[in-house]
Amino acid sequence: MRPLVTALGLVAAWEALVWLTGLPPYILPPPSRVAVVLIERFDLLTEQAAWTAAEMALGLVLGLVLGATLAVTFAASATWRRWALPLVIVSQAIPVIAIAPLLVLWLGYGMASKVAMAALIIFFPVVSSLYDGLRRTDPGWLELARTMDASPRAVLLQIRLPAALPAFASGVRIAAAVAPIGAVIGEWVGASAGLGFLMTQSLARGQTPLAFAALTILCLLGLALYTAADRLSRRLVPWPPPQGD
Amino acid sequence: MAENLCLDFPGGRTTCLLGRSGVGKTSLLRHLAGLLPGSRAAGPVAYMAQRDLLLPWLNVLENVLLGYRLRSDGAERRSAEPRARALLAEVGLGERLQDLPHTLSGGMRQRAALARTLCEDRQIVLMDEPFGHLDAVTRLDLQDLAANLLRGRTAVMVTHDPLEALRLGHEIRVLSGMPFTVGPVIAPPGAVPRDPGDAALLALQARLIGELRRAA
Repeated sequence: MRPLVTALGLVAAWEALVWLTGLPPYILPPPSRVAVVLIERFDLLTEQAAWTAAEMALGLVLGLVLGATLAVTFAASATWRRWALPLVIVSQAIPVIAIAPLLVLWLGYGMASKVAMAALIIFFPVVSSLYDGLRRTDPGWLELARTMDASPRAVLLQIRLPAALPAFASGVRIAAAVAPIGAVIGEWVGASAGLGFLMTQSLARGQTPLAFAALTILCLLGLALYTAADRLSRRLVPWPPPQGD
Repeated sequence: MAENLCLDFPGGRTTCLLGRSGVGKTSLLRHLAGLLPGSRAAGPVAYMAQRDLLLPWLNVLENVLLGYRLRSDGAERRSAEPRARALLAEVGLGERLQDLPHTLSGGMRQRAALARTLCEDRQIVLMDEPFGHLDAVTRLDLQDLAANLLRGRTAVMVTHDPLEALRLGHEIRVLSGMPFTVGPVIAPPGAVPRDPGDAALLALQARLIGELRRAA
């Protein structure tokens, strides 16, 4: 409840600022104007939002699958760990924004380049959180499994993987928070649809209120995605974190 | 820790290794379980550590059947399930089979771990202060339960509690010194679990405490 009051207060301050300074709407539209545009152009906005949402969701799924697969591979195989893990870490030194134009060049203006961009941004937090979780299994559990004659495969699937779920869940939450960045950067660089595309178009035409309306929807989308990921990760990990005794 | 150690544990009986904290009891037990570098277990063992080590994502029944789950032997697991249920009923968890461990009290978790250890159905059972974190009454109850369930198995139990050793051990060995040495066999009279109020037992307890004190 309290954050909502804070947000409403900020919106009121914004409205007052525009009213007091008399800034023209193409520089800073007042929230009331943005709200009107939100209603008037609702069809256009939802159409573009659906496009962006699809890019984010596909990117998230792709990034999660890719990241989880890599993390499990690294945990299971020392060879992979030695040959590929440093590469994954170094790959994060490349700013994704810098390769966005390349992805558009290779994959086109359509959805594929945005999905790839989102997946690229998402897979690293997923790999690092899950791999970390897989390495930090309670040694007591591993010893118990040894006295029970468990195979390395059974230990990985039955103990290390479920034990890493809390770490994976926090990776998923971070991934959901950064997914919109990937999709929108892709749309800014070159696109034919989506909220980022709508923003660049309307800013270029001086339709700043429409850009703000698109931004509002984008915020709501990001929030919805994060909430969904948070819910999912809570369902994934129904047990409380271990207490140090 | 210890040099040239040669220990015999009588088959089908419970031996309690008694010693003060830090003397190396746990290391000796881990050696017997084949968990130390270079050590090999004497055969298939069931091992119960100080912590209950229940997996938080498995319910009580699944935790008790963990060994069968890890060995991925479906047929054996199905045939072991009735025994797991019976054991859980015996430790008083018959109504909690489907509950996750975090919903149980410390004593209940310890009982579930005991059931898991015995469900392994192995001839050799190694236990490291299995009742360490429990209140006195729960501890006495669980000792009675363990003594009955360990009947016929070769058990080695590590403890720092003289009374616990006296109640459960057919034989007691005192560990002392650094590196530690193992004292002679002490075999209290009577069948286990022994009555904690027995005068002879309390006299022996005084003697054991004296020995632990002297060892320091």
